[in-house]
Amino acid sequence: MRSLDILRYTTSSIVGYRARSLLLLFAMAIGVASVILLTSLGEGARRYVTGEFSALGTHLLIILPGRSETTGGAPPLLGETPRDLNLDDALSLERIRQIRRIAPIAVGSAPVSWQGRERESMVLGTTADFLALRQLRMAQGRFLPAMDPHRSAPICILGSRVRKELFGSQSALGQWLRIGDRRFRVVGTLGSEGRSIGVDLQDVVIVPVASAQALFDTPSLFRILAEARTAADIPTAKAAVARAIRDRHEGEDDVTVITQDAVIATFNRIFRALTLTVAGIAAISLAVAGILIMNVMLVAVSQRTAEIGLLKALGATQHRILLLFLTEAGLLSLAGATIGLGLGSGAAWMVGEFYPALPMTPPSWAVFAALGTALSIGLVFGVLPARRAAALDPVIALAGR
Amino acid sequence: MICLRSACRDYLMGTQTVHALDGVDLDVEAGEYVAITGPSGSGKSTLLHIIGLLDRLSQGSYELDGDDVTHLSDDELALVRCETIGFVFQFFHLVPRLSAAANVELPLILGGIAAGEREERVQAVLQSFGLADRADHRPDQLSGGQRQRVAIARAMVTKPAILLADEPTGNLDRSSGKEVIHILETLNSDGLTLLVVTHDPELSARANRRLHIVDGAITKDERGAG
Repeated sequence: MRSLDILRYTTSSIVGYRARSLLLLFAMAIGVASVILLTSLGEGARRYVTGEFSALGTHLLIILPGRSETTGGAPPLLGETPRDLNLDDALSLERIRQIRRIAPIAVGSAPVSWQGRERESMVLGTTADFLALRQLRMAQGRFLPAMDPHRSAPICILGSRVRKELFGSQSALGQWLRIGDRRFRVVGTLGSEGRSIGVDLQDVVIVPVASAQALFDTPSLFRILAEARTAADIPTAKAAVARAIRDRHEGEDDVTVITQDAVIATFNRIFRALTLTVAGIAAISLAVAGILIMNVMLVAVSQRTAEIGLLKALGATQHRILLLFLTEAGLLSLAGATIGLGLGSGAAWMVGEFYPALPMTPPSWAVFAALGTALSIGLVFGVLPARRAAALDPVIALAGR
Repeated sequence: MICLRSACRDYLMGTQTVHALDGVDLDVEAGEYVAITGPSGSGKSTLLHIIGLLDRLSQGSYELDGDDVTHLSDDELALVRCETIGFVFQFFHLVPRLSAAANVELPLILGGIAAGEREERVQAVLQSFGLADRADHRPDQLSGGQRQRVAIARAMVTKPAILLADEPTGNLDRSSGKEVIHILETLNSDGLTLLVVTHDPELSARANRRLHIVDGAITKDERGAG
């Protein structure tokens, strides 16, 4: 039997048993498409978060009070009482050669009011370098001026949402507003893009660090941000920071230095786990599709026992009959998997169109796994029953039992 | 041509062994026209299947054309079926999704004949059975007589030496049945060895040789016009 004839014969049966073929294509396509779409979502979320962290700033080190044994994650809630970080700790880091700039951060929450409008807002005390370090953009006015960090000044910068809620369409620049029991003059407003981990910069009011410490009546800092000069400097910078703080804290290692890479790596791990979970769900849907494929194939082949018997009576060998059914199952599976691939990628693309921030591309391992599983299920369950039928005595097969 | 010696075929029905063929000795010469009759379950279909290599002997031996085919493998049997034996069944066994021409072409495709030659042979055989204008019809668009003629055409397209027919008229009305018998007898008079299993005494009376089977054994073997 020639290969062209095998193809012609199998296409005739694919077209001839239209309902069976369509069902099979459908099951296969759904299975493959769901794996591709779900893993695309997981992978997209992972890449989105990683991207967000990279946008935080480059070569960033975060210094937290308190000792954490793990890299990344939140500082410990319990345990020994750590020594607080203070402004002089922060300023001492400026002398480290590998550090380009630092920004101390003091944070608290206070009511912010202007002409009878009031809202509770996060107040963030920092220095002029914060703007460059976080790669923020001013919408109007200017940021904190470079000045002695120990000096307080009655000036503030508003996050875009705070500005909108207090001032509406009016200009905020130059206005005096009240934060807690002090008065501040608005010197600038932030652009609307500043959003990342934990703190939404659209919702903060930024004041000089000394002013924030006075406002909340505390000498301690929430954390210190530092920027290394180059990526290669990060490990040395990290060690130098730890050493500098230890020297100032009587030899105790009571701060945690997190590098941005470590944070990204942690989130990467979390999201890889998430993607795997999603892939597990997808694998279940693929398995369900596989069982459907299996059933359709079983029914289809048992319906055709008589045909197999006839082929045997006409002189077809067992091997040839198997080849016919293998080709048929292969063609159907391949077509179904291709349709599924198209559907899945199409759906992923559509989601990407609606949420451009999500980079929706299916991971290649998921594509291979989906196609491989679908194809092998299709082949195995197309061929197993055919093998059984082909091994029957022609007489019994002809009777269609 | 066909030579069966002490041929037995046992089936296991539950725990009971059924002797469908029980020590049959049979010689059929090339070009004979044999009718096989007998009550239901007597083993006449089994005998036909054994001769057609669709079934295997439990005991005894079978020589076809001087070659011992008793112990051939499945694939070797398939090859012999493909080359020397044609079948016609009571229920036609046409592939429903294929046209008449494609059904006739099937054994040639399985035999690996080139497309051009297949075309010619299919056309020729359809022509000779008066089916040229039905070539593109599917089985469900054909009458019973036409279907059986397509089935005969399919059996004959490989030019077999033996044609085995299992109740070829069993599912046909009288006139279609006559037509089919006429075709089979014409083929026989051209030298084809023809074995027909039938219930119909009128049909068996037309054969040159009549075998009667009861309980797996040949009880009557008559020759000459009945």
